[in-house]
Amino acid sequence: MTMRYFHSVHLIESKCKGCVSCIKRCPTEAIRVRDGKANILEERCIDCGECVRTCPNNAKDVLADQLASMERFKHTVAVPAPALYGQFWEGIDPRKVLAALFTLGFDDVLDVAFAAHLAAEKLHHQIMRAKIRPVISSACPAVVRLIQVRFPNLIEHIAPVASPMRIAARLAREEISVKMGIDEADIGVFFITPCPAKVSAVNEPAGFADRCLDGAIPISAVFPMIQEALSRGNLPDKQPLRCGTRPGIGWARAGGENQSIAVEKHLAVDGIHNVIDILENVERGKLHDMQYIEAQACIGGCVGGVLTVENSFITRRRIRILASDETAQLPTHEEERLIRDGLSKPIYDFDQAIFPRPTLKLDEDMSQAIKKLAAIERMVENLPGLDCGSCGAPNCRALAEDVVRGLAAETDCVFKLRERVQLLAEELMQAALAVPGSMGAIRKGSEQNDTSTTDDGTKPEASK
Amino acid sequence: MASLDPSDGRLKHSFEVAGRDFNGAGGASSRIKHILQQIGVDPNTVRRIAVASYEAEMNVVIHAHLGKITLDAGPDCVILQIEDQGPGIPDIDLAMKPGFSTASDEVREMGFGAGMGLPNMVECADELEIDSVPGTGTTVKLVFFNR
Repeated sequence: MTMRYFHSVHLIESKCKGCVSCIKRCPTEAIRVRDGKANILEERCIDCGECVRTCPNNAKDVLADQLASMERFKHTVAVPAPALYGQFWEGIDPRKVLAALFTLGFDDVLDVAFAAHLAAEKLHHQIMRAKIRPVISSACPAVVRLIQVRFPNLIEHIAPVASPMRIAARLAREEISVKMGIDEADIGVFFITPCPAKVSAVNEPAGFADRCLDGAIPISAVFPMIQEALSRGNLPDKQPLRCGTRPGIGWARAGGENQSIAVEKHLAVDGIHNVIDILENVERGKLHDMQYIEAQACIGGCVGGVLTVENSFITRRRIRILASDETAQLPTHEEERLIRDGLSKPIYDFDQAIFPRPTLKLDEDMSQAIKKLAAIERMVENLPGLDCGSCGAPNCRALAEDVVRGLAAETDCVFKLRERVQLLAEELMQAALAVPGSMGAIRKGSEQNDTSTTDDGTKPEASK
Repeated sequence: MASLDPSDGRLKHSFEVAGRDFNGAGGASSRIKHILQQIGVDPNTVRRIAVASYEAEMNVVIHAHLGKITLDAGPDCVILQIEDQGPGIPDIDLAMKPGFSTASDEVREMGFGAGMGLPNMVECADELEIDSVPGTGTTVKLVFFNR
């Protein structure tokens, strides 16, 4: 039985031209072009958004919430990813961006950068106590899904701590329901997201039984309104529940998470293909002396998410400057207490295990799997090895696997097809030449041509 | 590269490893890991084999001219045989000591040759046999039981 997973990334069939751009970039080989359309294999997709980034026809789209989703709730809260701050201009006051979020209709705002600060403290404790090294960050949901799908051996390395997004939602729910006496069910918490992976994590969190968040709205969807509100000025005089701290804002860029957690031996990797290389190294035991690995699917970190607006190298710089701003406000005493309390709160620890989603196994029965693998190897030997993608699979080996799994035919390979056509053409030639016995004279005549003689002994006319 | 031969219900596959090829290093152990996942070897066993096969492959890359890793996998156990043409190991007991290494400074500067290769293999494998002829080469046989 195939499990069904929530996926934010999907194909707009009408826009897909069936080119092979996305299948070649997909880190989990989760896309196949069938009937001219680049379909996504649900069980392999990790919603990293590489195909969204790559598609030249904008045929890969992200299913996310829009501002209208707020209407379902009596009281709404925006929890913006710190990457949002990078979208405007250098040196922008984060408080202004938070204030501008109120103009979109939110009743409250709680900065995820604040929750990131709390997460960093919690992770520091977690890492110092960890028996299994290195601990791998659970903040990027695409990386967590990558581990489930391609590195199930490494699941026990994943930090069993809620992401800043989830901690922010928890804090907001608590403050609003306790202080304002609003029923939890009436509160709608919306993440302002830089990427599709977070949209999927909102709808189907790893490590937790309940959702906690009610939706995820792309940064790109709120950007124009915030930009407008910022340039219009006269921002609403409403206070966010919590503002981000400097180290928390730093989480928006690659390396910022490690900087705020501040353990001695850490490593930061960004870009999903680079993450795969590092995870390979962890599996080999090469990084056993490392305490923590920050791993992010997008180049540059969250600022590189496909739902952001500005160039990620520019935003990376802006975030670096904001995160090192000495004049920025420090957490209040109350906030420091909140952070301290968070350390011992089980509500921020995973309440269920992350399960493996292995997709490599060829058969439940090992002897059958061995036979299938042998068949794959034989076929790979016979395929051209150009990895052209014309068959709809990302490379020749993937096609061979698909054929053995019964999902494709060897003649999906254009070169194999051409071989077959050639053979058929030869057979046709043979058939065309093979003439019934009653017409033997004609055959003889045509085969032996001018060197032969006809039945009556005379030379046939030479053909010119 | 020898092809797969599943006639006796076991998978047999061999990989060539080139000495001093630090760019391609790790390729064979990656393929071995992938194959074991495809045939459904238990994830914990795969993990142990991934570590040991990488160490074995690196030993060939660091010390030998040429080597071959033969994978022999079945439902009960996985056997790895690593044969190389190289300097051999004059004192095996010494080589098994954690931290002992004959790797050159140049290799150490690349982050290899810390003297943990054989000790790590011992830790990961259920059985280990070493046969070495100084000046000719070394054969290491590793057995992993599926648990």
